[in-house]
Amino acid sequence: MYKRDMYTVLENKKIAKDVFLMVLEGDTKYITAPGQFINILVEGFYLRRPISICDWDDKTITIIYKVVGKGTEAMAEMLPGKKLDILTGLGNGFTAQPGSEKPLVIGGGVGAPPMYGVAKHLVEKGLKPTVILGFTSKDDVFYEEEFKALGCEVYVTTNDGSYGTKGFVTDVIKNLEGYDYFYTCGPLPMLKAVAMGTECSGQLSFEERMGCGFGGCMGCSCKTLTGNKRICTEGPVLLKEEIIW
Amino acid sequence: MVNTKVTLSGWELDNPVIPASGTFNFGKEFADFYDINMLGTFSFKGTTREPRFGNPTPRIAETPMGMINSVGLQNPGIHAVIEHELPELKKIFNKKVIANISGYSVEEYVYCCQLIDKEEQVGIIEVNVSCPNVHGGGMAFGTDPKNVYEVTKAVKAVTTKPVYVKLSPNVTDIVEIAKAAEAGGADGISLINTLLGMRIDLKTKKPVIANKMGGFSGPAIFPVALRMVYQVAHAVNIPVIGMGGVSSAEDVIEMMMAGATAVQVGAANLVNPYACKEIIEDLPRVMEKYGIKDLNDIIGIA
Repeated sequence: MYKRDMYTVLENKKIAKDVFLMVLEGDTKYITAPGQFINILVEGFYLRRPISICDWDDKTITIIYKVVGKGTEAMAEMLPGKKLDILTGLGNGFTAQPGSEKPLVIGGGVGAPPMYGVAKHLVEKGLKPTVILGFTSKDDVFYEEEFKALGCEVYVTTNDGSYGTKGFVTDVIKNLEGYDYFYTCGPLPMLKAVAMGTECSGQLSFEERMGCGFGGCMGCSCKTLTGNKRICTEGPVLLKEEIIW
Repeated sequence: MVNTKVTLSGWELDNPVIPASGTFNFGKEFADFYDINMLGTFSFKGTTREPRFGNPTPRIAETPMGMINSVGLQNPGIHAVIEHELPELKKIFNKKVIANISGYSVEEYVYCCQLIDKEEQVGIIEVNVSCPNVHGGGMAFGTDPKNVYEVTKAVKAVTTKPVYVKLSPNVTDIVEIAKAAEAGGADGISLINTLLGMRIDLKTKKPVIANKMGGFSGPAIFPVALRMVYQVAHAVNIPVIGMGGVSSAEDVIEMMMAGATAVQVGAANLVNPYACKEIIEDLPRVMEKYGIKDLNDIIGIA
């Protein structure tokens, strides 16, 4: 279930290069799983901006977004008190895999925020996920401390080696043992590398340009081994076994 | 009390507001937001003989006050629509619906219309000869008056339901095409479908949409749509359903003043899932504001 409502910006601050964290106040009861997203109407732009949910509680939603165009530029300039028209509770989100005891939580760039919600959800279930975060460079790194504060073991990689392990998230994964499942979100090449570089099963969150975000327009469809799926409705989270690479 | 009831080929609608094909799927996504029985009716997702996945992604681009889509008629095929979608729709919608039918050949249109003719839930068949996103069909029909005449005639021969032909604006003379549909026996005209458009991503230096071009819709195209509705409504003697960028009750009234008997709402549904609900609820207020007691009094008044 999803709903449109008005939300108030409580906080909006830069946390890394071109990356902002926004806290919104309003009704959160339609959010049911980590990895779901919200769709924000930004004044002056026709289509909404779909942004993944990083964290939520009874009355606030935290999102982390990257400034990539004029819409997110306008978002970055929003001040506390600003009211926004938002659809919440969109997409399927991640589901904790029954039986998995040693999961990996893997995030790449602005694919990291929804993985915070996943890690928190798994910790609440009594698990201790291993977290691997991949970024381009030191200036892009964010949320390492927040993941650590959940009690997770956290590895950070940067492509240029300016922080943490030099290379990609898969350079860390190949040296890890004993994990039995993974949850991931990030750029497409990373998702593919993770799926190919792991023997266990997992859930992967995909991105696509959307029209509506709630299944009305068929703008974000993809083919899977289990049939056509809309990234906004039957996704964004797909199972490793159903993905056609 | 104002009267918002209008009649399309003998079918009385509670109001003239109709979600447009391709922006409302088969209704259930919107039934999650509100009771869709308040709609005049709606036009379901463009349906073809075979199931279609449609075009590669990205299929969507944004424009100032609008959007471009290149979905490419993704649909489950006419058989699945009849066996699955219509029975599902019956659970949430107790009015008749407009069946939007697309094809690649006269035979395909005829095949689909023959099947849909038997469905009690269908009030009007909207023959889409205008999809800009399908190569070798769709819009190819809609840009040649001879084809439009032939498709219309062939479809009319296999159904007793009213046939409305949905026209493409991507032509030199819209009136000529509308007259060809009328001559072929069309009971009404729906217009406009989307305008062919394009965007280029400055970062990648490539078109945003995988298929390069797509159908441009949204408030930006409203004046173009209004002009074409006006031209067609004054040139034919059959009802016109007007659409293109309609986003408010004021737009609905303006379309009707241009000559539309009913009005479809497209892209607005995607930005605001409550768009049609809000337009219908606002309509009596706007009618009163402009001294309109009965919508039928203003059809073509401009």
